[in-house]
Amino acid sequence: MRLSDLPKGASAVVERVDDIHPNDLIAQRLRDLGFVEGERVRLVARGPVGADPLLIQIGSTRFALRRSEAERVTVLQEVA
Amino acid sequence: MSTGTLRIALVGNPNCGKTALFNQLTGGRQKVANYAGVTVERKEGRFTAPSGRVLQILDLPGTYSFDAASPDEQITRDVLEGNYPGEAAPDLIICVADATNLRLHLRFVLEVKRLGRPVVLALNMMDAARRRGIVIDVPELQRRLGLPVVETIAVRRGGTRALVERVDGTLPEAPQALPDDAASRADLHAEVRELLAATVTMPRATAAIDDALDRWALHPVFGLAILAVVMFLVFQAVYASGKPMSDAIGAGFSWLGVHVAAILPPGPLQGLIVSGLFGGIGTVLGFLPVILVLFFFILMLEESGYLPRAAFLLDRLMVSVGLTGRSFIPLLSSFACAIPGIMGTRSITDPRDRLATILVAPLMTCSARLPVYALLIGAFIPAHRVFGVFNLQGVVLFALYAAGIVGAMTVAWVIKRIRRDKSEHALLMELPSYRMPQARDVAIGLWERGAIFLKRLTGVILALTVLMWFISTFPAPPAGATGAAINYSFAGYLGRFLQHLFAPLGFNWQISLSLIPAFAARETAVATLATVYAVSGDAQAGGLAHALTANFSLATSLSLLVWFAFAPQCMSTLAVIRRETNSWRNVAISFGYMFVFAYAASFATYQVARLFL
Repeated sequence: MRLSDLPKGASAVVERVDDIHPNDLIAQRLRDLGFVEGERVRLVARGPVGADPLLIQIGSTRFALRRSEAERVTVLQEVA
Repeated sequence: MSTGTLRIALVGNPNCGKTALFNQLTGGRQKVANYAGVTVERKEGRFTAPSGRVLQILDLPGTYSFDAASPDEQITRDVLEGNYPGEAAPDLIICVADATNLRLHLRFVLEVKRLGRPVVLALNMMDAARRRGIVIDVPELQRRLGLPVVETIAVRRGGTRALVERVDGTLPEAPQALPDDAASRADLHAEVRELLAATVTMPRATAAIDDALDRWALHPVFGLAILAVVMFLVFQAVYASGKPMSDAIGAGFSWLGVHVAAILPPGPLQGLIVSGLFGGIGTVLGFLPVILVLFFFILMLEESGYLPRAAFLLDRLMVSVGLTGRSFIPLLSSFACAIPGIMGTRSITDPRDRLATILVAPLMTCSARLPVYALLIGAFIPAHRVFGVFNLQGVVLFALYAAGIVGAMTVAWVIKRIRRDKSEHALLMELPSYRMPQARDVAIGLWERGAIFLKRLTGVILALTVLMWFISTFPAPPAGATGAAINYSFAGYLGRFLQHLFAPLGFNWQISLSLIPAFAARETAVATLATVYAVSGDAQAGGLAHALTANFSLATSLSLLVWFAFAPQCMSTLAVIRRETNSWRNVAISFGYMFVFAYAASFATYQVARLFL
C-alpha cells in the first residue's frame, strides 16, 4: 500500500520510493531523509483540512509530507 | 601555527542546534551577509582559543544532504570543497549532529566525511539525550567513524569547552575522499544502521513530552484553536507594547523637531532638518518597536519548534491559493507591518514559495493604513446600524481588511497560474522536538534583524524622505501667495500632473498630491490633506473630516479607500523587498502589479459608486 493510505496511528515498513517522473528530486529527497527499504514508519497525525499533510515518524524524526509526496512511498503495513 | 587563524566551517542538518552552537562559540561577534547573487545568508564569527589562536567560524546553511536540490545545499557543498568563488576552503569542518536524532543526522556526517577533509563530529544536545536515557558509546563511534567525536551542549555555558579544546589541538587527519553517486548513497543508510546498532541504545524513539504536546498542538480542532489563541496573544502584545512605543518615538521626534525649529532660523535648512531629517529618522525608528516585538514572538515560536507545527496545520489551506503553510506567519505579521512580514519569509525554505509570499505580503492591511481609513470612514460613512447589530463604519473597515486578504489570495493564485515553473515543490518539513527558547539565541536573532533593518534600510528611506521633503518644499511659494506652500512646489505640480492619471478614479489634485508623501509613509497622507486644505493642525480630526466632506464625494472617498487597500505605497516595504530578494526586478514587479491592481479596483469602485450613490 501507499504511505498516504496508512490509517492514523498505524505503523508500516518502507518497501520503496518510486520516481513519478525522471529525475524526481522529491523522491530522491525522501530517500535521503531515510525512506529506504526496511525502515519503520508511523503515521502520527493528519492535517485538519482534507487530512493533508501527513505527519510521518521515521526513526526519531517527524516529517510533514503532503499526500502527493507520501504517494511516492510504498509501504507494508504492520499488523499490531 | 599557534598564532595563525584557523578557518572552520560549521555544517549539519537543520534543527541540529548548529546556530545555538555558533552563538555559544562566537557570542555576539558575528557578521551576517548574503552570498553574492542569492538570498542564502552567510554568517561568520570569530573567537580566540585558549592557545591564543584565532578561530574563524563560518556557519553554513543547515542541509540534509549534498544533493544540491536547493541553493543552500549547493553553496554548502561548494564552500566545503573550496570551490566557492571568493571563499577559501576551510581548514577544518565541524559537523554537528543532534544526539537524539542520530539515525537522520549520522547519514549527513557520512556524506561530509566522504569529502575527504578534516572533520570533527560534535554530538550536540547531549543533555536532552541523557534525559531521554539515550546511551552513546562515544569511543566506539569515534573508532568506527574514524573521526574525532566530541560531546557538546550548545545551550549550556561551558557546554562547548571540549569542542574548543579538540579544535584548538592538532588538526585531525583527513579521511579518505570517496566518490558520490546514487549507488554509494544508498549504502549510507546501511552504514548508519550498522553504526547505530553498535553504538547507540535508545529506550524509545521519541521524547514522551513531544508526543504529548503534539497530540494537542496538531489536533484537527484543538490544534487550530491553540494556534488562534497564540496568534491573538501575539497581536495583543504587538499593539499593547510595540505600537505605543512607535507612537512615542514619532511624538519624540516631532517634539525634537519643534524645539530645533525654534532654535534654527526659518528657511530651507530648518525645513530640511525638521521635516526631512527628523521626519525621516522618526519614520524609520517608529517602525522599529513593532518590528522588534513581532520578531521577538516569531523567534520564540521558531526556537520553541512551534512554527513548523503552525505551518503543518495551515499547509493545505495555503496550498489551495498557491502558497505554503510556512507563508502563514509572515502574512499574519504583515497585518502589523509588511516589513517584519517580508523579513520573516526567511523561514520559508523554498525560494519560489518565498517570493510568492513576499509579493502578496504588502496587500495585508498594515497598521499604517488605519489613520487613513479612520479619517475617511469617519468623514464619509454614516454610523448607521446594519441588520440592527453592526455599525456600518465597522462593516466598511472589515470589508477593507477582507479586501486585502482576498486580494492577496487572488494574486497568489494568479502567480501560481502564470509562472512558468509548474513543477511540484515539496513540503517535506521536519517537525523538530519542542525546545525551551534560549535567551541568548533570541537576543542575537533580534539584534540581527534590528541591525539589518537599521543599517540597510535607513539610508534608502532617509534619502527618499529627504527627496520627498525637497519636492514638497521647492520652489518656495511666490510673494503674496495665498494657498499652502506645497501647492507651489514640485510636488504640487506633480500632483496636478498626476491628477490627469487619477481623474478616472475620482481623485482631485489635492488627493493626487497627498499620494506623493504617502509613498514615504501612508499615514502622512492625512497630514498632507490637512495642509492642502489649510486646516489648522490642532483641529485636524474634526476640521479635516469636515473639509473633506465639503470637497469631495462619497464615490471619491470609497475609491480612495480602495486605493489605499491595494496601492504600492510604502517605500520602506519596497526597500525591504529589494534587500530580501536581492533584486530590483522583484521591486518593479511588486510595485507594478499593485499599482495596476489598485488602479483597476479604484476605477471600478468609483464608476460603480457614481452610478448608484
